[in-house]
Amino acid sequence: MSEYGIILQFLSWTLIAGGTFFVVIGAIGTLRFPDFWPRLHAASITESGGVILLLAGLCLHAGWTLVMLKLIFIGVFLLITGPTSTHAIANAALVSGLRPKSQSVAPNKADDESS
Amino acid sequence: MRLVGYAVILSSLWLLWSGIYKSLLIMFGAGSVLLVLLITIRMNRVDGDRIQIELNPLNFFGYICWLMVEIAKCNIRVTKTILTFSMPIKQKLFEVPYTQRTDLGQVIFANSITLTPGTVTVETEDGQFLVHALSYSHDDLEALADMDRRVSKIETLART
Repeated sequence: MSEYGIILQFLSWTLIAGGTFFVVIGAIGTLRFPDFWPRLHAASITESGGVILLLAGLCLHAGWTLVMLKLIFIGVFLLITGPTSTHAIANAALVSGLRPKSQSVAPNKADDESS
Repeated sequence: MRLVGYAVILSSLWLLWSGIYKSLLIMFGAGSVLLVLLITIRMNRVDGDRIQIELNPLNFFGYICWLMVEIAKCNIRVTKTILTFSMPIKQKLFEVPYTQRTDLGQVIFANSITLTPGTVTVETEDGQFLVHALSYSHDDLEALADMDRRVSKIETLART
């Protein structure tokens, strides 16, 4: 393997490892956060940082082939549909009356609407 | 004329995504392209709506590059929040005004807000978005106003 190939391999595995890290962080955040709204933000780490880094790493792995083009298209579609579905969930929560718990409100009143 | 262009685009996309060039599969591809064209002609009879893309492609590319850097920064910030033991959350719903003239520009701005971790567009209202932030600070409003200006800049002037 040429030196160029080794550097490419190293870069691609670094990116894939970084993407995996963000996916795991998203999962940890979803479990740790106390409430619906912060959990939404944790999931959005997975779908932005995780997806972009993983696909970039896979693109470098594939090289200049048809596979790379397909990966780029997958990335574009995910970057359009990801925020749209997040917005759909958030909007559904808002419409059904779920409001974020305010930190300044006393614990026994935290369930009240804070607008 | 428009249909011919449409057929060319559909066929080239099919060929790119398939990658297997056997005669049987290519026949399936041609069949599906024809089917889509037939459906399009039928739908055109119902409404001849066209979407106009009024964006400057060069500026759009520049904006995507800027957005990627922004996403990276926000990712690191939210990751810190998750990994900090006490989880310093200060969530808030607030309104962000938008200045885009076209629907597409507004969609790009709203999706950009959602795509950067830490902020989610919850509701679209007349002239403003309702945004939920994970750890709200006064810099957030300024950062979102900056993003708003950048999205407005990639729009070409709307023909009113």
